[in-house]
Amino acid sequence: MKPALSINNLEKIYDNGFVALKGVSINVEQGDFFALLGPNGAGKSTTLGIVSSLVNPTRGSVEIFGFDLATQMTKAKKHLGVVPQEFNFNGFETVYNILKTQAGFYGIAPDLAAQRSEFYLKKLGLWDKKDTASRMLSGGMKRRLMIARALVHEPKLLILDEPTAGVDIELRRSMWEFLQEINAAGTTIILTTHYLEEAEYLCKNVAIIDQGRIVQNTSIKALLQQLDSETFIFDITPSLSSQPIIDGYPLTFEDGHTLVVEVKKGQGLNGLFRQFETLGITVTSMRNKSNRLEEMFISMVESNLERTGE
Amino acid sequence: MNNKEIFIALSTIVRREIRRFTRIWAQTLLPPAITMSLYFVIFGNLIGSRIGQMGGFSYMEFIVPGLIMMSVITNSYSNVVSSFYSAKFQGNVEEMLVSPMPNWVILVGYIMGGMARGIMVGFIVTILSLFFTDLQLHSVLVIMVVTLLTSMLFATGGFINAMLANSFDDVSIVPTFILTPLTYLGSVFYSISLLPEFWQGISQLNPILYMVSTFRYGFLGTSDINIFIALAVIVVMTVGLFICALQMLNKGKGIRS
Repeated sequence: MKPALSINNLEKIYDNGFVALKGVSINVEQGDFFALLGPNGAGKSTTLGIVSSLVNPTRGSVEIFGFDLATQMTKAKKHLGVVPQEFNFNGFETVYNILKTQAGFYGIAPDLAAQRSEFYLKKLGLWDKKDTASRMLSGGMKRRLMIARALVHEPKLLILDEPTAGVDIELRRSMWEFLQEINAAGTTIILTTHYLEEAEYLCKNVAIIDQGRIVQNTSIKALLQQLDSETFIFDITPSLSSQPIIDGYPLTFEDGHTLVVEVKKGQGLNGLFRQFETLGITVTSMRNKSNRLEEMFISMVESNLERTGE
Repeated sequence: MNNKEIFIALSTIVRREIRRFTRIWAQTLLPPAITMSLYFVIFGNLIGSRIGQMGGFSYMEFIVPGLIMMSVITNSYSNVVSSFYSAKFQGNVEEMLVSPMPNWVILVGYIMGGMARGIMVGFIVTILSLFFTDLQLHSVLVIMVVTLLTSMLFATGGFINAMLANSFDDVSIVPTFILTPLTYLGSVFYSISLLPEFWQGISQLNPILYMVSTFRYGFLGTSDINIFIALAVIVVMTVGLFICALQMLNKGKGIRS
């Protein structure tokens, strides 16, 4: 089975001399839910821009379901749907016309385009706004409109560039459910996001890009197994006046009611709780200091920075 | 894409363009109607009646074809330049760039949209002119051919302008500083036979002269220049500009980084 997306040795040097990509290669298998992560300016948007035909590559090739984007452009693009980071629809067009027009660009007959537009607008809760000019929509509605527009030709590969940026938690959760639903139905999804909990929750595989290079390309599970410690925050009672001594667990005394404890991989929490009990400390609540993937991500980007010295 | 899909994609762009300029008719269709009516009243009736004959016709009869052609030129150009530049500015040009539509479909779609507006405004101005004079029709075929070619030529020019433009100022520079002077000096208001020989030669470098003269020939049966040469010049320019626009689009000039 051919990969949904195959990026081979992609390089991009912009006209101003900035080298955005230095030989990026990624394979995304069919049916995958794939995260492309990286700090700002790492090359994520350039990579996705090349895949979307909005940026010309300097070198390298892109294949979508085995069709070369340069030589079999029409066949390759038919399988691709793109949800960009910025709102990019005509603000004066109605919601319905935006979808129907987009379907027309893919050669979908008007009757079928009308059916699909209605289906996806209903699916994304925008049907009652169908005659509204898109500029009048709220931020969350605009995000959903971009997803509906990208799906109207029913692509097999959907690229989402920070789809939940700036949307509230409730809407984000409902978008996650929707994306999981279409992924389960067979659509391969590539996601970029700065919310790493989003990537951890949704994605099976991940590539981390930094300074134009792929620094990691593996499954989320394998990536998280590389994490050698986790940091927990404990809310405690009664209030302590000084830092308690706990063997084997490096800790930081935040204040009388809060302890921050580093727990090594495989070390477990039982020993810690036993010592808390001996010291008469009651744990009222506990949480991760940060998302596990976030810790992994930061450590990778930092080590890449040290290695390259850039 | 197969032929049917290409036809659907092309008609989608054309319908969208027509929907755009008819939705904002007060900005696109009404102003040329008012401006040309004023030209008819002031230059045709008030001043024209004192000028007398021009090329063997009343001044009103002489300027009507030129004014119709002027409307076709400016409207086919400005429709494409404003629409495509707005699509660039708002980012919705990406809707087309990510789709499997071949570049030539995008180009032809915009050109046809520009032609539709140019021809529609030309028709409105023609109807208005009937309130001021009786129009002769010497050759409907010449009128149609030159209208189609001219609107296509300037719609293509508008597309190139939009691709190269980086700001709304860039969009207005060509119409203001090139198109308008060339149109006014392109024998809309006078026959070049009135000019000294040297300036007649210079005028022949003005491409709009060929369009206005040929269009006028379609109504009055008289032209400052040979209409076959004029038609050949228009065809060569139209084909040349189309190839140029398509090359620029293929390279992604101004729209792809």
